[in-house]
Amino acid sequence: MTIDLNQVDRPNSYIGKTVPRPNARKLVEGRGQYVDDVHLPRTVHVAYLRSPYAHARINGINADAAKAIPGVLRVFTGHDLKDVCTPWVATLDHLKGMKSAPQHALAVDRAMWVGEPVAAVVAESRAVAEDGAAALEVDFEPLPVVADMETALDPETPVLHEELGDNLTFTRTHESGDLADAFASAAHVVEETFHTGRHTGVCLEPRSILADFNRSENQLTLYAATQAPHMIQSSFAKHLDLPEGKVRVICGDVGGSYGIKVHIYPDEMATAAISRVMGRPVKFIADRLESFTADIHARDHRVKARMAVDSNGKITALEIDDLTGIGPYSVYPRTSAIEGNQVVNLCGGPYDLASYKATTTVVMQNKAPMCQYRAVGHPIACAVTEGMVDLAAEALGMDPVELRRRNLVPDDAYPYTAASGMKFEGLSHHASLDKLLETMGYDDLRREQQALRDKGVYRGIGIASFIELTNPSPFMYGIGGARISAQDGATVRMDPDGSLVVLSGVTEQGQGTEGMLAQVVAESVGVPMETVKVITGDTQTTPYGGGTWASRGAGIGGAAAFRAGRALRDNIIQVAAAMLQSTPDALDIIDGAIKDRATGEERMPLAELGRIVYFRGDTLPKDLDREMVATRHYITSDYPFAFTNGIQASLVEVDVETGFVKLLKHWCVEDCGRVINPQLVDEQIRGGIVQGLGGALYEECVYSEEGQLENANMADYLVPMASEMPDMVIGHVETPTQESELGAKGAGEAGTAGAPAAVMNAINDAIRPFGGRVTRMPFTPERVLAVLGKVPDPDGR
Amino acid sequence: MSENGFAHEVDVTVIVNGERVSRRVDARRHLVDFLRLDVGLTGTHTGCEHGVCGACTVQVNGDVVRGCLMLAAQADGAEVWTVEGLSDNGSLDALQKAFVERNALQCGFCTPGMLITAADLLARDAKPSREEIREHISGNYCRCTGYEAIVDAVEMAAGTRAGATQAGGGSQ
Amino acid sequence: MKPAQFAYARAKDLPHALALWAEAGEDAQILAGGQSLIAGLGLRLADTPALIDINHVPDLAGVTESGDRIRIGAMTRHAELARNPLVAEHAPAIAEAAPLIAHPAIQARGTIGGSLAYADPAAEFPACVVALDAELVVQGQGGERRIPAADFFLGLYETALEPFELLTAIEIPKAGRRRQTVQELVRRHGDYAIVGIVLAADVQGDTLGAAKVVYFGVGDAPVVAEGAARALEQGDVSAALKALNDDLDPPGDLTGGPETKRHLARVILQRAINALRAQ
Repeated sequence: MTIDLNQVDRPNSYIGKTVPRPNARKLVEGRGQYVDDVHLPRTVHVAYLRSPYAHARINGINADAAKAIPGVLRVFTGHDLKDVCTPWVATLDHLKGMKSAPQHALAVDRAMWVGEPVAAVVAESRAVAEDGAAALEVDFEPLPVVADMETALDPETPVLHEELGDNLTFTRTHESGDLADAFASAAHVVEETFHTGRHTGVCLEPRSILADFNRSENQLTLYAATQAPHMIQSSFAKHLDLPEGKVRVICGDVGGSYGIKVHIYPDEMATAAISRVMGRPVKFIADRLESFTADIHARDHRVKARMAVDSNGKITALEIDDLTGIGPYSVYPRTSAIEGNQVVNLCGGPYDLASYKATTTVVMQNKAPMCQYRAVGHPIACAVTEGMVDLAAEALGMDPVELRRRNLVPDDAYPYTAASGMKFEGLSHHASLDKLLETMGYDDLRREQQALRDKGVYRGIGIASFIELTNPSPFMYGIGGARISAQDGATVRMDPDGSLVVLSGVTEQGQGTEGMLAQVVAESVGVPMETVKVITGDTQTTPYGGGTWASRGAGIGGAAAFRAGRALRDNIIQVAAAMLQSTPDALDIIDGAIKDRATGEERMPLAELGRIVYFRGDTLPKDLDREMVATRHYITSDYPFAFTNGIQASLVEVDVETGFVKLLKHWCVEDCGRVINPQLVDEQIRGGIVQGLGGALYEECVYSEEGQLENANMADYLVPMASEMPDMVIGHVETPTQESELGAKGAGEAGTAGAPAAVMNAINDAIRPFGGRVTRMPFTPERVLAVLGKVPDPDGR
Repeated sequence: MSENGFAHEVDVTVIVNGERVSRRVDARRHLVDFLRLDVGLTGTHTGCEHGVCGACTVQVNGDVVRGCLMLAAQADGAEVWTVEGLSDNGSLDALQKAFVERNALQCGFCTPGMLITAADLLARDAKPSREEIREHISGNYCRCTGYEAIVDAVEMAAGTRAGATQAGGGSQ
Repeated sequence: MKPAQFAYARAKDLPHALALWAEAGEDAQILAGGQSLIAGLGLRLADTPALIDINHVPDLAGVTESGDRIRIGAMTRHAELARNPLVAEHAPAIAEAAPLIAHPAIQARGTIGGSLAYADPAAEFPACVVALDAELVVQGQGGERRIPAADFFLGLYETALEPFELLTAIEIPKAGRRRQTVQELVRRHGDYAIVGIVLAADVQGDTLGAAKVVYFGVGDAPVVAEGAARALEQGDVSAALKALNDDLDPPGDLTGGPETKRHLARVILQRAINALRAQ
């Protein structure tokens, strides 16, 4: 039996409805359980001494004073742990030529960035551990620092890892079409250079891990704030020399992740290694200061772009040269080449381009490692592409909306292979554009803009179309040799009272995964949602899966849960048919009861069926299958990725005296395929937009030439706060994927993908009368004033 | 320690959520660690420990304060309320219902502090504007929601409160 | 981010506080609102052997009126300053500045005395007391002395307070018909200002009599723009804006370079003049 999800008034219709998340109430009462809330007997606490130098030789560590502090139990250095925990090298086989160097849990002989863990102090409390770390005497010998990615490959720049020969981690060029001809015959060629500032995630809950190695069972249990429990299990097992089956990862509530908590961090690995040595629970909760230098960073790219258009406003070519500096090591196990690779894959994505060439160059330097953070590569590719489209429109004297209309891939062109080589199953750029314009009242806003400009008020409207990569197949990591699962599983079980338990391999980070799963299973089995309990985040009990990243929770985890629910439903109906001397096709499950399909008459509540199956199995035919549990897995196979699309618009007002940008309103129309819970999707998009706005206006890890992070605290690293953020109008177009019955694609990256581009274009639209243009994020008042010619360029251009 | 003299460990008695709690704490122990580690109230969260993020917001003698910028020793003799107590006594109920209904939380880490700050606003002004709500909660970071749902939820709760007042003793 | 060990004592009264301080030595610190101090200790930027908590010292908080002055106790909290009617009437710049400082939870604990003694050059209150010609009342073992606000701020986190001297009150001449305004440019509500200004003057037509132009966020202490003030007294705004070139020599920081700060200082002076005239 199948469910027609397009039918509106179907029974048990939770899919497509806004229903509150079942796990929200506990969180508003402060009853969540985050890692730091878990207390185990004999727990000790670890604090890390981190390198104050961007590059330094470690000539020696004197721990005598630290060890003398009452309450300090042990001190570990890189040499102490290097045989407990083997180093890792983060490369992927399918990223040809990629290289990186072995990285240890604690630096061995050499520290490579400010913030790299150098020594660990274990104590009875975190405070005493910090006292111990402060008392360590480390003989650092500063070494030459490679900070600037622009010169990282110059012959006179020191090579950070001699064995690699140079500071190049990865480079790739993709080319299709006849670029030279397109540029030669263009009516206009526009060029620009864009910078997207290096920033970081700032999860309100810092990275947290409680490692409990039980020697008597040779078992390591990790209570971890993570997005990918099975990936953590696999990586920790490998480097701590344990069978995977002897590592259990338990992930309770997680206080935000956004890609920050999906990597292997040396301090977390060291924490587990220390537990392995000490045979007792060791807790590491990163504090806010160390989070700034020890969490991954992202988005530090310089992109040169060139675009050709013909006189009809047809974009004929796009050329991209991307450079990014990723710190001293590629981050394990996803690697730090993916972001640059995504820029190559995603630039120009919404447009029907005949010619496209893109190169990414990924270099090493002495800054905090960069890796995947929410909407990996998307905001960069989108800002570059949409910035270039607006430039082309200006060159043509054409409204930017009209230029998009002429170039967006037509809605009837699918399946479609982009110039980048990406394959799109079904997108809706034009329908989304139309809906956006209608929602925002584009023409009225343009009139208002003109009227206000005459009064000296400078408002701008910025538009940004985007594509979003979701539901990745093994083509993302698996083919490169990483043990990162692209498939995911779900088990659905009916208990005697007719209630359901769902075990899923995807995880809850706050986005509403568990609510989504409850909705999907309630509908696919046919029960009230309040009778469904969802369990995630335990490698020992849930089916094997990839976890939560790249917006795969609904599209992959949801699809698996839907299948498992349907399978359990079929099992239940088989049993019911035997009990009721009926046939399966004459019965249905609606609202937690077996009903007659034709008449709707209730035949038996599921609780009664459960009672008989579990307690009076003797009354059932001996050969009747009575499996009240079903497990199903799901993997995408037709397309490497399920692309979604959308479009955003930003309305800003620029104070041309101060350079301040006021966000007045923001719109987004997004097509994530089947919407399972409109409210959850909308809030993913809103939250994502604000993270994008952070990157556009506020957030930047500011490094000195010596590789010091100069704003590594919450007061100086500016994160969006409530007062400055706009209200956001969200709309949808639904183009379900045909790959799964559920039809869901992802929605977690969309907001972040398009917001910076929309704001950039809006600012540039606002200040167009003055002739300047911002292209370097974040767009601080000083940078805006600089392009207005009122102050010197802070970036020295 | 001598009476009124210096001590590295301080005996404190605090009324926490209406219950009298006596502990001996390090002088350097801040109020959040006291609540979380010494009293076991883990609903109050530690987000930055330098007074910026607001995740540790609690009520002390009726004021909202940053739990990380007050020492446990300073709370000796004070009355402290945390999300647990304010949930048990129903003080936050309208806000909590609105937060759940409006999905004004995602990961939930900022939520207890956010609720206590929002309750402080509604205690001062039963009908705040959206701008006033945004301004009042602007010292409480939320990294998940983008704030709009929170502003909506506080507005919803304010509506509930005004309605309740009117129904309870209004002139209409 | 736990502070290093220190000792704590709660002072019963002012003599007790001073006695405790003498006992603990010069490096001990007074714990007022603690909103900067405790953060600094947690960051291990500051280190202290002992804290003397003066939150329970009687008579240090509150606002009183005497003759042509108001007296603000050092332990008066920002939230109180924002709503106190005497402050609103007689020192409106203080009332205007208080809600600009961080957020409600900080305003509930932070004190004006703590802010002044901490002497953060980007903070509002130091510039306010300079612009309002306040006198700072300090108490040491030898008794009380008074320091004009203009002489109090010596540099980055540096004041005229002698060792073992405690700020107890701020006395501010009543505004009378003088008008006051505080303007600042902040990226986010409650942030430290990129540039801020306190302007106080006797507005008579185009001239701003006895103008006080004091900036914050543009130096290592509040910066008095004398040249601009003299020009404003002549009613010459463009000369005032020009005078800022000599009056200010702002160092660059994370929020902007020197030229940007100078530019914004001009913009904000114009806005402050407009605000004052509109009052």
